[in-house]
Amino acid sequence: MNAEIISSYLPLYGKAFLLTVQIGWIGIALAFLIGVICAFILFFRIPVAEKLVKCYVELFRNTPLLVQLFFIYYGLPAIGIKVGAKVCGAVGLGLLGGSYMTESIRSGLEAVPVIQTESARSLGLNARQLFIAIILPQAFTISVPGIIANVIFLLKETSVFSAISLMDLMFTAKDLIGLYYNTTESLFLLVVFYILMLLPVSIAGSFLEKKTRFKMFGD
Amino acid sequence: MEEILRIEHLQKRFDDFTVLEDISLSVKKGEVVVILGPSGCGKSTLLRCINGLESIDEGKVLLEGETVNPGHVNVPARKKIGMVFQSYELFPHKTILENVILAPLRVQKRSKAEATEEALSLLERVGLAVRKDSYPRQLSGGQKQRVAIVRALMMHPEILLFDEVTAALDPEMVREVLDVILDLAKQKATMLIVTHELSFAKAIADRILFLDDGAIVEDSDPKSFFETPKTQRAQSFLRTFEF
Repeated sequence: MNAEIISSYLPLYGKAFLLTVQIGWIGIALAFLIGVICAFILFFRIPVAEKLVKCYVELFRNTPLLVQLFFIYYGLPAIGIKVGAKVCGAVGLGLLGGSYMTESIRSGLEAVPVIQTESARSLGLNARQLFIAIILPQAFTISVPGIIANVIFLLKETSVFSAISLMDLMFTAKDLIGLYYNTTESLFLLVVFYILMLLPVSIAGSFLEKKTRFKMFGD
Repeated sequence: MEEILRIEHLQKRFDDFTVLEDISLSVKKGEVVVILGPSGCGKSTLLRCINGLESIDEGKVLLEGETVNPGHVNVPARKKIGMVFQSYELFPHKTILENVILAPLRVQKRSKAEATEEALSLLERVGLAVRKDSYPRQLSGGQKQRVAIVRALMMHPEILLFDEVTAALDPEMVREVLDVILDLAKQKATMLIVTHELSFAKAIADRILFLDDGAIVEDSDPKSFFETPKTQRAQSFLRTFEF
């Protein structure tokens, strides 16, 4: 491996890294928002909306991100809606992630035992107080590991952004390999930057998981 | 003595199965009523109907003349009814003190200082004030159940319902919980107690109800219930506890 090549590539990877992180996190934020809304709809069994959410979840969980991105990127302009590659990436990731987040959050909400609800009701708590003070905090603790797993999964999924010509990490690596054939250096940097992107999330995730688990389940 | 709880012709069905059949009952202020009966006779369901956790199919439940409107919606009269569950049901994400003052703060809108003061004195009475900052998982079953009783008492209920509160406890922890309930009886709290602890029932009850197949088949004072049970079913029930 040539150190000179590596240092000359660094700025390009740096730029791609920032772009990947940026779109990745916007997509994840969107996914979380969609997940919370859809999970609430499922939990409260809101008629009609419940059916739509179920269809959405099945559709997006069972198709690859690459296919979804193609649909958004090439399909929407065909019906007259123009979207830029960045928006397309973030929205695509958000929609895919939303279906996963919905399931993680819903299962957390449903894992709170019914008798906890009864115990709170017997103390006179109304539906709103019950949901906010009793169900949500317990459900969150239960959902945290799933949510973190989803975040890590979604950050890795950003690697298909290159297919819609977003200059993310994967795109940069492929591009450089194609141009200069410095495969070893290019792939080495690719791994380093992915780890740089994911390791902090992993560590922060474990920390959050420990912190939320402590109260309810101990160490 | 004035009547506090009145049940008129209560009927409860789960699909085709009738759990409670035409239950009528009147409980006076300060009365301790123990409900006995074989498993599945509807004891717990009766308690759950009284505070509206179960809907009822026929009849009425009145607390101080106010209908405890059944169903899963919020029941205003329920604030006057305290319930303690077999499985404690403390809130695992809150400390002991937070568990105890949650409803007073949120439901009764009391001040935190005042609620905390009362909570600590009640916790002190059951010997658990030192554990106020612990989480439920750090307590033994008996301790958790004592906290659950304090939590119910904090709402100043007119009547307390105990649903087999010692059934999940190790034998050596049963006593500490029963002592707390005995203490409440001395202070003239109105209580409905479902239990399988016969000697406890004998000691605490002003009145014993014996339920079988969803109906009250005996309603008498403890002495006559245990010594001269009137019905065949009560006699055979009591015999199952003999060795």
